[in-house]
Amino acid sequence: MTPATKARRTALLSTRGLGVTFASRDGAAARAVDGVDLDVGSGEVVALVGESGSGKTTLARTLLGLERPSTGSVEFEGASLQTSTRGLRAYRRRVQLVLQDPTGALNPRQTVYESVAEGLRIHKLVEQAQRAGERVVETDLVSQALSRAGLRPPGGFFLTYPHELSGGQRQRVVIAGALALEPEVIIADEPVSSLDASIRGEILALLLRLRDDLGLTVLVVTHDLGLAWNIADRVAVMYLGRIVEVGTTEEVLLTPRHPYTRALLSVVPEVSQQEPIVLVGETPDPRRIPAGCRFHPRCPAYAGGEAEAAGVAEDCRTRDLPVLAATGDHRAACWLTMPTPKP
Amino acid sequence: MTTAPVLTARQVSWRRRRASAARTWEQFRHRPSGVVGLGILVVFAFVAVAAPLLANSSGLEVTKATGGILESPSTSYWLGTDENGRSVLTLLIWGSRVSLFVGLLATAISMGIGTLVGLASGHFRGFLGAALFRVTEWFLVIPFLPLAIVLASVLGRSLLNISLVIGITSWPGTAMLIRAQTLSIENRPYLERAKVLGSGHWRQMSRHVLPNVMPMVFANTTLTVAIAILSETTLSFLGLGDPLRVSWGTMLDAAFSTGAITTGAWWYIVPPGVCVILVVLAFTLVGQALEEIFNPRLRERS
Amino acid sequence: MTPLLEMRDVHVTYATAAGPLPAVRGVNLSLEPGESLGVAGESGCGKSSLAATVLRLQPPNATVRGSVLVTGKDVQTVDWGQLRALRWGEAAMVFQGSLHSLNPVQRVGDQITEPIRLHDGSVSPARASERVGQLLEQVGLPAASARTYPHQLSGGQRQRVMIAMALACRPRLILADEPTTALDVMVQAQVLDVLTGLVRGLELGLLLISHDLSVLGTTCDRVLVMYGGRVVEQGAATAVFDHPQHPYTRALARAFPRVGDADARFSPAGLAGDPPDPRNLPSGCTFHPRCPRAIDVCSTHEPPVRWPEPDRPVECVRVEGAETAPGTAVAAGR
Repeated sequence: MTPATKARRTALLSTRGLGVTFASRDGAAARAVDGVDLDVGSGEVVALVGESGSGKTTLARTLLGLERPSTGSVEFEGASLQTSTRGLRAYRRRVQLVLQDPTGALNPRQTVYESVAEGLRIHKLVEQAQRAGERVVETDLVSQALSRAGLRPPGGFFLTYPHELSGGQRQRVVIAGALALEPEVIIADEPVSSLDASIRGEILALLLRLRDDLGLTVLVVTHDLGLAWNIADRVAVMYLGRIVEVGTTEEVLLTPRHPYTRALLSVVPEVSQQEPIVLVGETPDPRRIPAGCRFHPRCPAYAGGEAEAAGVAEDCRTRDLPVLAATGDHRAACWLTMPTPKP
Repeated sequence: MTTAPVLTARQVSWRRRRASAARTWEQFRHRPSGVVGLGILVVFAFVAVAAPLLANSSGLEVTKATGGILESPSTSYWLGTDENGRSVLTLLIWGSRVSLFVGLLATAISMGIGTLVGLASGHFRGFLGAALFRVTEWFLVIPFLPLAIVLASVLGRSLLNISLVIGITSWPGTAMLIRAQTLSIENRPYLERAKVLGSGHWRQMSRHVLPNVMPMVFANTTLTVAIAILSETTLSFLGLGDPLRVSWGTMLDAAFSTGAITTGAWWYIVPPGVCVILVVLAFTLVGQALEEIFNPRLRERS
Repeated sequence: MTPLLEMRDVHVTYATAAGPLPAVRGVNLSLEPGESLGVAGESGCGKSSLAATVLRLQPPNATVRGSVLVTGKDVQTVDWGQLRALRWGEAAMVFQGSLHSLNPVQRVGDQITEPIRLHDGSVSPARASERVGQLLEQVGLPAASARTYPHQLSGGQRQRVMIAMALACRPRLILADEPTTALDVMVQAQVLDVLTGLVRGLELGLLLISHDLSVLGTTCDRVLVMYGGRVVEQGAATAVFDHPQHPYTRALARAFPRVGDADARFSPAGLAGDPPDPRNLPSGCTFHPRCPRAIDVCSTHEPPVRWPEPDRPVECVRVEGAETAPGTAVAAGR
């Protein structure tokens, strides 16, 4: 079975033509997410990579139902995401979030126990299980979640407050809080970027272990390509609200096709590597998306004449690229790599 | 980390509450200004509660007055007498009951309305939040004294009414404060986390926002008590107090109208004034100490 | 020739309510013009405390022992007048949070002018604004951006303004404390480019502090790795990053994996446990509770310094190498 058919058959969470537009103060609409087809297969670790302003965080929030799509849809198990309060609540039992800054993500006035038990109480999971005849108590579920997240012995953490824990421990508490609900998907927004270097690996290893032991599906939002290389099965690179390149991690990171991916890879600080392609210009602005290929004003291939030589420079400037279909193949949204049907 | 005893959820939360109460007291104990404030409050509370034991209530009746008019302090009248020959000390002791009662009741009303409106207008985006905010602003710009005078004269002069008047006119400040605090907490990631866990509005407000604005509410409560006692004094001084009861405010009113200032009867003016100042100061000291304890950022600095 | 910056057995201890907190415990280093020195380490390892001593910016509850010499002058003992001259004229600092370090209601140009005029009162406004233009161009911004306010700039542009400001009085030493932490990879690359360009072009000394060893590996000539207030390993940047010797440095190097490194695929490497609490440092080698290679002696004895190669002191008993500095050790060694 090729990765392509595998992804198509078991897509658990997906988006179709998803767009999220915000009205900004000066009246211009900011198209934070502007047409995204993405499939996240069951048990897969997918990394969504991009700079700030690429729309990756907005996409993640939309997947969680925290933002409403302006166009397109989010689908879970093939059904469109319900927007009713009850529907969203049921959905959120199955799809959980791990935030970037564990210090801010925990209520400073709640003990670790309360933070982890919160989801159980909201969804009345203990009562439900008891009604179904199971002998469970909340304490056991909280202990279980804490030890799964690597906080052992769990009882020792019950009465501690977030400020008494280290950064890595806090992130584990956040993860335990999500695990308590026994979700199927975890969406992690920069899960290690605020942690110390030596702690990073431990948290990433935890995410991988959860995938292996519990069959969890993980979507990691990050700007860090090394992280994607560490844990992801597949990588999607976002630029200005679109996915510009998608494929397996090896395909995208070892044989990048899109000039943007290539530039990103070249600036990952590493010793004795290829000459960095430092892009000119600043972070792109979703209120002013360029016509044609949205990357062409900063594109080193366009500026360097490569596009001209290939005869697609005109396309780069004027023709919008189609949304990359979520087929699971290695694809890049670039006129240089796309078969151009000549009129 | 010690080994884990098996605990039920109730035990856990009970332990935690006990531990946090003990911790709060431990921290409070080490703040001299807070302890002094608390000491003053305990004395006044004792006096108010034990008033019948400390001074015979018959001493309040004009017809049973035993002393001369505006007598200066002596061994039989420690703080002298008023224009009707009553003991100023007796008036002061009984007046503390009324002043504290009105202060606390008015504060409860004001804090209740203010917290609820502030929380709701900060939490709900959209029409409800905006409407509540407008109402708050509207109440905020109405001048306090004229409104209080109008309300007091319409509702009638009773203790309950005067508390109500003070409560109704003083909540917008609290509401604005709570709203600002709520807005800042609404942006914290843990609210996002709570939403994703599936919490509804009520849970978000009661479990996440309220506990984190409580320090502000607390500190504000003590300040509001102080203001309420001052307001009661003011309204009573203007003759809008309950005519049947003696409070520090009505004492000041009476002292002023009998010309205690011009005749040099300082014993009639100074004691109620000092009592008001002491109680207001004590509440403020306690409030500041509590705020330091509950606000982690202030704690770090100290 | 006197080095731009030299530290000899520097200790920094904070007096706190819970007792003394040793943040830096005996650090030696030296930095020559045209050289860039990286200090790597995690939160609480003492790297920021160390940097603060260079400009005597440590908080009042800190005690500094040992000597910190900037162009031969001991920063910790010079009088105020000399310290002021030194702060902008000899050494300048680029801080981490550029958004908070810039005044939001003042034009960028005016903020850069301020140190120039403070430093030399005789500079005419025209000369000063000409200099501001030069500085902005030096860091890759158009001279016209002097007229903008900080909020009109992006994070990377603001960070470059901070660098321009640090250069205002032509210092010979630049201290940069996590200058790229909040920035995207692409913008980080731009800012690091500017810094390395300045070191080469103006013969500056750069002390770059970061938690990201790979950033230091690409930007710096030499790297010091700090743990628990001490330098546990140092050497040429590429050597330290490519062939780390100390078990902690190895963990740090593996924490930011190389794309394409088959060993790192699906095996993110980290260390169990947390960085040590300076108030309560472990006995013996402070790293032993987390060290994958620890042996019994690590918990009881302070680690020896070993030289696996010249100019490469490593504080670890498990590292093979000479027990004394081979030949003439560079001033940095201990």
